[in-house]
Formats: sequence, C-alpha cells, structure tokens
Amino acid sequence: MDRVISVSVGEVALKKGNRNFFEKKLLNQIKVATKDLGRPNVYRERGKMYVKANEDNLEALIKRVRKVFGIVHVSPGYKVNKEMKSIEKVSLKEIEEIRKTKEIGTFKVQCKRADKKFPLNSMEVARRVGGYILANTEGLNVDVHNPDIYIYVDIRDSAYIFSKKIKGYGGLPLGTNGRGLLLLSGGIDSPVAGFMIGKRGVSIEAVHYHSYPFTSERAEEKVKDLAKILSRYCGQIKLYSVNILNIQKEINKNCPSEEMTIISRRFMMRIAEKIARNNEIDCLITGESLGQVASQTMKGLNVTNSSVDIPVFRPLIGLDKTEITEIAQDIETFETSILPFEDCCTVFLPKHPVTRPKLDNIEKSEGSLDVDELIDNAVENMRIIDINI
Amino acid sequence: MLVYLDNSATTRARDKVIDEMNIMLKRDYGNPSSLHRMGLNVEKRIKEARNIISDYLNVKKEEIFFTSGGTESNNLAIQGIINKYNKKGKHVITSKIEHSSVLNVFSKYEKMGYDVTYLDINNDGTINLEQFKKEIREDTILVSIMMVNNETGTIQPIEEVKKIIKGKNPEIKLHVDGVQAFSKIEFNINKLDVDTFSFSSHKIHGPKGIGGIYIKKDLNINPIFYGGNQEMGLRSGTENTPGIIGLGKAVDILRKSGRKEREEIKKLKNYFLTKVEENIDDIRINSFKDDRCSSHIANISFLNIKGEVLLHFLEDDDIYVSTGSACSSKEKTGSHVLKAMKLSDEEIEGAIRFSFSFYNTKEQIDYAIERLKERVEEIRDIMMR
Repeated sequence: MDRVISVSVGEVALKKGNRNFFEKKLLNQIKVATKDLGRPNVYRERGKMYVKANEDNLEALIKRVRKVFGIVHVSPGYKVNKEMKSIEKVSLKEIEEIRKTKEIGTFKVQCKRADKKFPLNSMEVARRVGGYILANTEGLNVDVHNPDIYIYVDIRDSAYIFSKKIKGYGGLPLGTNGRGLLLLSGGIDSPVAGFMIGKRGVSIEAVHYHSYPFTSERAEEKVKDLAKILSRYCGQIKLYSVNILNIQKEINKNCPSEEMTIISRRFMMRIAEKIARNNEIDCLITGESLGQVASQTMKGLNVTNSSVDIPVFRPLIGLDKTEITEIAQDIETFETSILPFEDCCTVFLPKHPVTRPKLDNIEKSEGSLDVDELIDNAVENMRIIDINI
Repeated sequence: MLVYLDNSATTRARDKVIDEMNIMLKRDYGNPSSLHRMGLNVEKRIKEARNIISDYLNVKKEEIFFTSGGTESNNLAIQGIINKYNKKGKHVITSKIEHSSVLNVFSKYEKMGYDVTYLDINNDGTINLEQFKKEIREDTILVSIMMVNNETGTIQPIEEVKKIIKGKNPEIKLHVDGVQAFSKIEFNINKLDVDTFSFSSHKIHGPKGIGGIYIKKDLNINPIFYGGNQEMGLRSGTENTPGIIGLGKAVDILRKSGRKEREEIKKLKNYFLTKVEENIDDIRINSFKDDRCSSHIANISFLNIKGEVLLHFLEDDDIYVSTGSACSSKEKTGSHVLKAMKLSDEEIEGAIRFSFSFYNTKEQIDYAIERLKERVEEIRDIMMR
C-alpha cells in the first residue's frame, strides 16, 4: 500500500488532439513544483496522473500540487494491489481515518474501472466494499443519493482509493500558451493580474521598477517575495529589475509636475516592450483596473497604451478592489502586498496628477526628453533575477 | 570602506566575546540547573559574569538579574513595580521621549485605567522638571525616565529627578532605562539611588538576546512570567548561558578600557560635528555639543532633504546611519522624540542619527564627511525644481 495524490485535470482533457502535449506539460509542472519536497515520483497511469507521497510530505505536497494550473482537484489516497481483500481493507481504513475528524452517518462507495478485465464490474466492487465497511463499523449506513461522504475506488493497473477532493485552480498548464511580461509592482493588483494570465497557460516573466536610492532595497525584496509566491503557480519567474531614477529626474526637471505619473507610466510600458521584444515575449500584463487611480482613467489608459505597439493584457480591468483583494487573499499574495515599502518614491509624485491627459500635450512634454537614450540606459543597467519555486 | 555609524541600533560583538560564547556552545553547554559537574561548571561561570557586572556598576551581586534584553528589563521593572504598589495609587509619570518598550507598557496600563503623565520636553531635549514637580501627587507610585535618549543622545537629569521625588513623595519608585547610558556615560547607581535600572548587551559589543536589570535590594518585585524559578525566581527560563558569558566578557573589557575608549569616541564625534558644520550648510544639530549629550550619538537635521533618501544614498557608499522617520506619503511617521522637542516638520524629515563606537576611525569619519557632503548636495539638487 502506497500513499499517493491523485490529480484530476479539467480543460486539459478536452483538448483532444493535443491532450498528450498538455498532459506532458502538466506532468512536468508538477515535477517542478514538488522538486524540493524530495523529488516525488509523478506518473501517468491509464490517463490519470498521480504523485507518490509518504505520510511525512503528504500535506506539503497537496498544498503545492493543487496550485499547479490545469488541475481541477487533488485527492490524497492509497494505491493498493488489485485484489478485493486489499481494496476492502484500505477502504475501511480510509473511512475510519475520516471518522476521527468528522462526524459522518452515511457513505457511498463509487467505483470506476479503467481496467475492464477486472473480474468484478463497478457495481459489484462498490457493493462488496460497502458491505465490508458496514460489517466492520458501527453507526454507519449506506445512502446512494445523498451520502455524507464518498469512497472512490479506481481500478487501473493498481487500485486507487480516496475520499477527499481538494480544489485546484483549473486553467491550462503553464507554457501551453506563449509568454507574457508582467509589470510587477509591490501592490495588491499586479500579482493577481499575473496569476490570472498565468492560469491561461502563459509563462510569466516580470519587470519591476524602482528608484533606488530614493527607495529602499526592502521594496525590491518585497517584489521578490511576491514573485516567489507567484512562482508557486506560475513556475520559475525571470524578474527584470529596472532603476528608473534617472528617468524620473529628467521628467521632474523638464516636464510639468502634474504629468509626472503618466509620463513615468509611459516609460515603464516602453521599457517593458523593449524587454519583451529582446526576449521573444508576446504580450505585456498589467494590474490596471478602470478608474482605480488617476493614471487608470479611460483617458489615462489611452495615453499609456499608445506608448507601445504590443498587446497589453489587463485581466483586472473590470474588477472592483474588493474582488481583486479576495483573489489576492486566496492566492496568498495579499499579506505581502500590504507591507509598507513603496517602490516608486513619493518625492516625485505630484499632488494633483492629470486625470484626463491629452496625448498631444504629453507627447509635447516628452519632446524635451531623449526618450530612446533614457530607455536604452535603463535597460542596459537592469538586473535579472531568477525566482525559483 | 565600510563605515558603520549605527551603533545606537546595535554594535558589532568583540572577537573575545565571540570566543567565549563559542566555548559555551561547544564545550560548556551544560544546563546550570543540572546537578552534575557540567551543570555546576556553568553555574560558576554565570556567577563570575554576575560578579563582573555588579562590580562594574558598583552594586551588590544579588541586585543583578539577567533577562533577554532592554525590552524585557523595562517591562519587568515597570510591570513589577506597578503590580506591587498599585494599592497605594494608580498614577505614574514618564516622559514623551521614552523608548517604545517603556511607552507601550504605559499605554497598556493607561487602557487598564491607570493615570499616566507624559512629561513635556524642553527644546534642548531634556525633560521639563518644573512640570515634573507639579505633577507629583500623593497617589503617584512610579516614575520612569531614560538616562540617555536613544535618538538624540541627550542626557536626562536623573539626579534632579530623584531629588524632587525625595522632597515631594519619597515613597515613589524610580525606574531608569539605562540601555543607551550603560558604558556610554559616567554614572553611579548607588549615588543616584534609583530603584531599577535596565541595560542591554548588544549595545555594548556583546551578543543580542541578553541584557539585565539592577533591582535595589529588598524591592522584591514579582516576575512577569513563571516556570523553573531561575534568577532567584524572578526570571524563569533556562539561562542563556552563551549570552550571559558573552555579556560578562564585554563588561569585563569595559572594566579595563571603557574610559579610554569613551574618550576616543568623544574625540571622533567632536571631530565629526566640527567637520559637518564646516562643510554642509542648512543643518541643525539636535542635541548639546558638550557633555550634556552622550559621546556616542549625534543627531543632525539636513534641511531640504528626506532623511530616508539620504540614508539610502549613504548605504550605497557603504556608510550606515539611521533615521527616525520613514519616507511615506500616506502618514507622517516622524520621530516622536524630535516632535516632542518641537522641531519643524522639515527638520524632522531631514533628521539623521549618527552613532559611534571605538571601531570607528578618523579615516572613516573623513570618508563619511566627504560622501555626506556630496550626497546632500546631490539630493538637494534633485529635489529643487
């Protein structure tokens, strides 16, 4: 008898022709996500995926595996020989384990046979296992319509027995849908944006802007921490850390102060575009949400958007702050996001930023700056940090 | 060149201290409460450390107790005294510029219904003694004042405080937070006649996580937590033996060369102040320049500068200093000490604390001044529009 985690896939199974490709990607992602937990064996058996576990690492593995995109739910369970005696015994063991922590009165055994050569059919297996449990417990009844719990018996090359189903995030396996560059600040929104696009199978890289020494190194540490949390879902993340102090100084010197934010924003987009082009990345991802701050008004977004010529995905565009916060809490980036280190120093922030910028005016202001050289310098001096799961 | 000028935050442990601690971890790791010889050997070493400290402070060895550091010592003194004497009254007096390990204890008692007086601060950074005289009441049970302020280095008039207590209500207990004073200035606990005095090890080149408290004999305060009755029942918990021996060693060295080192530090600080005044305009020195300020702290406001920005520029030059305020747009979290001294917002924003130790050299100061001058000009240039 082995401890295993059974993995149920969602949309992956629907991609008929590509199923093999998707499953291989997923298998690989699970391996990456569990590498530092003793490199457990991850394998496919007759169209289902399993992770071999032991009692020590089971909880930790479940926590990791359920975060891999493409997985609908994971189930801790047991792998046993395909003999009724073993199946019955372990099923009883599983139900007794559950009764230690949860009060239950009724159950139902549900059997699936991928191995059609198994001597008993599904109904017969379920009846035999159910009967065995009834004979060896007290206070339990079978309820086939509305049971308190299910005992699942899967008959494949071995037999698998499990009961609990722990929800995953669904989506598509990473790397099945191209690559995107996330503009990652220290805030609540951008990690959520990265999570949402990553969930659609996009490999995520990230760019972070700071104004050191006008800002603290702790701000960068915070972004690294956020990228690390994100990497649990999105795999290894390459983080480009760009110092834009010189750019801000130039804007501060040469442009109207109320345009500081929007022009900085345009520079960030342009730098991101350049990094994307240099690294064969196909889109930018931002955490912008319509109307949330001055630079995210419709006019503001238009002016920001027109600085680049690459698709920009804004998965949070229609979400309220409370909805974004809920996701941030669920994916565990929230607590880190609210730490008080600011990434772009407030000394440059205007008291009254323009909320309805006009592209003409902004472009005129930028006319006094050597935009290309400023961008080239910033990109040349950026640091690249590998964030591993 | 690494220039560490944040010695009020913490100090580098001396090599000899580390060597002693190594022995305690590797060889003499026994528990002093164990009945066997290994335990006894460690017990003897603790006795030795206690003797060194009581000798240095010129008090009895039964009056010294080891704790986890300054915060615990302040908590133990304040909570211990209040809990013992609260039948006599519920009024306590402290100042607006105490360390958070004092202020936050009092704010807890305030919520519990105690009457807490926070003394105002004169512009020079000392507590207002006139106000103090007026605030003392029949039901006052405790006065808690720090000996040296951690942000400005200003020395508080503990002697006068005690005199006033004696004249008005001699029953009142006096706790002195001595964390920044211990080894940094000259004082005599006996002569000052304080009831409790807290000190910390990592501010005097000893290890972190250890400190102590002087408690006047017969004061008999109650512990704040309970267990195996170590430290004569006052502070339960297996002794931090590497810490205690490390602290003992640090004080042992002070017994031999503390005064000489202090003179060196004083010279360095005065040199630093002179150079800063010569080289940089628009500054304000936020403490006395003479012996009314501890020789290890200099607090200076650089106008038209955000302290935190200057701090990060200096760290790029491998120079490490400290600021009381954070660069945050959302809330002005300026130093409560400088606020109490009624400095302007701008002066508070631009305040930097430089704190020295005998590890600093004249070369380091020269380098720091050169960088400081350049960085201040650079930032002022950026901030001007």
